[in-house]
Amino acid sequence: MPYGLLAPEIAVTSLGLVVLGVGLLSRPRPHPAVRVLAVSGLALVLCWVALTFTRQASFFGGVYQVDSFASFFRLLFLSAALLVLLMSGRYAARFGPRLAEWYAFLLFATAGMMVMAGSGDLIALYVGLELMTVSFYVLSGYLLADARSAEAGLKYLVLGALSSAVMLFGMSLVFATARSTVFTAIAAAVAAPAPSPPALLAGIALLAAGFAFKVAAVPFHMWAPDIYQGAPTPVTAYLAVASKAAAFAALLRVFLAALPGQLPDWQPVVALLAAVTIVAGNLIALAQTDVKRLLAYSSIAQAGYLLVGLSAANPYGLRGVLFYAMLYVFANVGAFAVLTLVEVDTGGTGLDSFNGLGQRAPMLAMVMTVCLLSLAGIPPLAGFAGKFYLFAGAVQAGYLWLAFVGLLMSMVSVYYYLSVAKAMYIGPAERTAPVTVPSPARLCLWVCLAATLAIGIYPGPLSALAQVSALLP
Amino acid sequence: MNGFPVLSAILAIPVLGAVLIMLLPAGQRAAIRVVAAVSTLASLLLSLGVTLAYDRAAGGMQFVESVPWVPDLGVHYALGVDGISLPMLLLTALIGFSAVYASWRVEERVKEFFSLLLLLLTGVMGTFVATDLFIFFLFYEVVVIPIYLLIIMFGSSKRVTKEYAGMKLTIYLLVGSAFLLVGIIALFVQGKAALGHPSMDIASLAGVTYPVTFQALVFALMAFGFGTLLSMFPFHAWSPDGYAGAPTAVSMIHAGVLKKIGGYGLIRIGLYVLPAGAALVAPVIAVLAIANVVYAAMICLAQKDLKYIVGYSSVSHMGYVLIAIASLNLVSLNGAVMMMFAHGVMAALFFAMIGSLYQQSHTRSLPDLGGLAHQMPRLATGFMLAGLASLGLPGTANFIGEFTIFVGAFRVYQVLTVLAVSGIVLTAVYILRCLGAVLFGPRQPQWDHLMDLRGPEMVPLLVLGGAVLLVGILPSPLMDLINLGVGQLLAQVDTLRMGGVL
Repeated sequence: MPYGLLAPEIAVTSLGLVVLGVGLLSRPRPHPAVRVLAVSGLALVLCWVALTFTRQASFFGGVYQVDSFASFFRLLFLSAALLVLLMSGRYAARFGPRLAEWYAFLLFATAGMMVMAGSGDLIALYVGLELMTVSFYVLSGYLLADARSAEAGLKYLVLGALSSAVMLFGMSLVFATARSTVFTAIAAAVAAPAPSPPALLAGIALLAAGFAFKVAAVPFHMWAPDIYQGAPTPVTAYLAVASKAAAFAALLRVFLAALPGQLPDWQPVVALLAAVTIVAGNLIALAQTDVKRLLAYSSIAQAGYLLVGLSAANPYGLRGVLFYAMLYVFANVGAFAVLTLVEVDTGGTGLDSFNGLGQRAPMLAMVMTVCLLSLAGIPPLAGFAGKFYLFAGAVQAGYLWLAFVGLLMSMVSVYYYLSVAKAMYIGPAERTAPVTVPSPARLCLWVCLAATLAIGIYPGPLSALAQVSALLP
Repeated sequence: MNGFPVLSAILAIPVLGAVLIMLLPAGQRAAIRVVAAVSTLASLLLSLGVTLAYDRAAGGMQFVESVPWVPDLGVHYALGVDGISLPMLLLTALIGFSAVYASWRVEERVKEFFSLLLLLLTGVMGTFVATDLFIFFLFYEVVVIPIYLLIIMFGSSKRVTKEYAGMKLTIYLLVGSAFLLVGIIALFVQGKAALGHPSMDIASLAGVTYPVTFQALVFALMAFGFGTLLSMFPFHAWSPDGYAGAPTAVSMIHAGVLKKIGGYGLIRIGLYVLPAGAALVAPVIAVLAIANVVYAAMICLAQKDLKYIVGYSSVSHMGYVLIAIASLNLVSLNGAVMMMFAHGVMAALFFAMIGSLYQQSHTRSLPDLGGLAHQMPRLATGFMLAGLASLGLPGTANFIGEFTIFVGAFRVYQVLTVLAVSGIVLTAVYILRCLGAVLFGPRQPQWDHLMDLRGPEMVPLLVLGGAVLLVGILPSPLMDLINLGVGQLLAQVDTLRMGGVL
């Protein structure tokens, strides 16, 4: 077996261990090389994945899959991790002597995500999932002195464990019916056209609930705003972008590779979840006055858009999920990068912290505006092309009403995204000093801006990539 | 101009100008203004060149460019112009050029102002030259956000705050566009099923036979989306507030050309692709059009703020365009396009004059003003020209448009057309009242400090005023072009009809 194809997972895990070791050796203050090491290591792995994108292999009797779907998501996680590392520089100074471990946990979480995207088996999936979530339990509570951060960590631990249990129970029911944990074997065992047995249906329902929790879909979203707000801002960015994408990768694997025969059972449920998530996420976001919390609700709504693609379960919809997940990385990390810089500068994340940013730091204000409008799906930014795919899929699958709901709500979302723009451009400025932007963060901002514009104006390349990578039932 | 992508150049020049402006230091105000003026002038000259070089004998789409853009959606970056889009392109370039001069005295945040203005212009011009539905929609929505930012940063708060006006306008237009987008997606999915391959080319989509109920549904969605942009009753409320809150240049562009995208879209996409749906929905639009004409004109009678008068008046005049589109015949559609051109030039001139006045007087209220013809004869000339064009005086372009519309519409909707003609009387009442109150009467010493138009401020008056008169006196070059475009579009629709579509 070409074990070289597993190199990215192995490399990221080893990188995490090395970073941990270097951190231990360079006590009490972590050596600045730690960050350079983490960033350059991730960049190398990213290049490796991009170069071996077309190579495919199946490991251990289908338990682990390296295919273009997995590679697409590896690219996504690695880009997200890199961008988050680049933008977190000044914020990460708050972690003091525990900085090296912070990088290490971020890397372990990334490894877990990559395992989730590549899993071809329920157990492998669960192992990846736990590696990711356990890392995030720690990361969310990383600001020990901050009560809200500690609360976020604890909340995520309790609720995350609960949802994992629900998901595990669902897996066991599926296993009981199909007598296998490998996706292809499950699909073969339960493919019969007869109505699905009740145990399988219960298993699917529990799995769906577990995943809905992980992607923060309404009504399983209650945990998200508090944890997003309490966690350190770069962690929130990574949680909102990459952990959500990882949960979607796993969700697509399970529902399309293992349960394609049960499509009529789960499709309407997913459509309903998508609609409720979009409506509730956007409506609650309207009332927010804290940008971090606003982005938390907005990312709940974004999960709803991604669910639209799954509910369509046709080529356009499923390509749309990949396309959208990728552009969401750039748009959301861009917005969080600006938020992080503003938080470091002003000490707050409220809307009033953004007052006058258009004058103080035109570049930050521009990136923020572009990224938020991309999330809202305004052309010619990336979000529009993504939403076009998702809703073309939905209409093709007969969900015209879902397109109405989704597109109307995305126009409603413009209201709260523009409230940030309004604060930046005409808010009364209390400060006038320009915001200092370190060069790594500047690089991250430029990448996010360029990607958001480029994907929006010329979606061709990413759409071709999504086309070869999409998983079909 | 063989092979040279002249339409792309027209679109790219303002974008390049905007990028250049962003790179200039904020203190270089003069340089920023010059860049904006030069890039809009270049676009204007190229648009004029394209209009003159358009081969009228051959007709059809010319200066075509097509590059595959998103293969699996069938999207092409496809541009082209015909007799319907050329007048609109020319109109945009004219108004864009004038708008830069009308904003010459913007002193704060000059950099943001002109770069947003140039981006806005690219968006508007793009919608008129795109022949691919996806690209059309891309440009269509590009315009909304710069307008919001321009209004909140540079607008004025009178009856409503500028933040409120900007947000109202944005949300109205975006909700309208959400319905439009649902329609476009439904059309795309249905077109793909019928053609067997994905396509967003408007002409290819028009060649498909759609079920009549589907056509009616999608056309209704488009009528809602485009109608909101065209300020069709009852979706017009954003328009007067928006214009009142907006800075001069935005009011000019918005009333002058942006609204026209609604009418253009209804003809180019709605009518062309979904003729049976258009025929079913048209009577509803015709009735709403009368509500536009009469109701908005009545409101005008009661207004005291100059910008509100012109704002409601433009809502009223869009009623003519709507009833012309609803009449679905060659003459009425010619009139609709002509009216859109004429109204655009006239409204932009009006707003430019109001802007020049407000700049110094800081009031737009009729009771405060009076006798300004004494102090500002040039400004008074501009006001008179715009006002008389607005009430459709023969010799102005608006007369040609309105007359053609009524001739075309009367064949189809006798009673409604008679009601629509009453709009002319109402317009005369409120326009003459307004001109009289502002310009004439005894000299008022409190306005002696006002300076008449001079330097750059003269440009909008000369360019737009000249266009109103030129087209009014010599309409045939433009009218022939429009007739060619509309005729060919209807001929294609008829071919489809003969082919058993209807």
